[in-house]
Amino acid sequence: MRLGRVIGRVVCSTKLACFDGLKLLLVQPLDERLREAGPAFVAWDTARAGEGDLVCVEAGKEAAQANPNGWYNPGDSAIVGIVDAVGAEGAGSQAAAGVGAST
Amino acid sequence: MILGKVVANVVATEKHPQLAGRTLLMVQPLDAGGAPKGAAILAVDAAQAGIGDRVIVVDEGGSARSVLVDEKAMTIRTVILGIVDRVDIEVRS
Repeated sequence: MRLGRVIGRVVCSTKLACFDGLKLLLVQPLDERLREAGPAFVAWDTARAGEGDLVCVEAGKEAAQANPNGWYNPGDSAIVGIVDAVGAEGAGSQAAAGVGAST
Repeated sequence: MILGKVVANVVATEKHPQLAGRTLLMVQPLDAGGAPKGAAILAVDAAQAGIGDRVIVVDEGGSARSVLVDEKAMTIRTVILGIVDRVDIEVRS
């Protein structure tokens, strides 16, 4: 799993049937200080996340199995949790809202 | 398995049902010499680890499910399964 922040929504009118009804979001991966760590990617949402939320993102086969529309599908990133706070060593606890928000 | 260091607690209330009741920690992977290597990852804690601990982490679904003794935890892949006391490295001259 990676920590990330939802920075946008991806809308596709033409897509595989197994993605019907699923919300696709653009996620910026972050490190423990909520700094950007690598390029943004698309993940579908199982946790009712929205733009600006800090999230846990699962990758690979385990993400595919989180899809409520079927046991297996070709997707490989799923948002599986909304993060309330990240407590890093020496940084205290950083609440999810506002801290390190992407601009 | 990878060697890593726990760098943060992660609190998440709203999460996938298979993650309910499980502690999430952020782990910075380390190389053999203890230097950070690659991006930090989130892992489910099965070893009562805390911030600052050096840990071993498995990043594969089947292994994760057997560590958690939960064959239905199909969405969990990354699990902390041990706290490292010591790493001995052979020094080659």
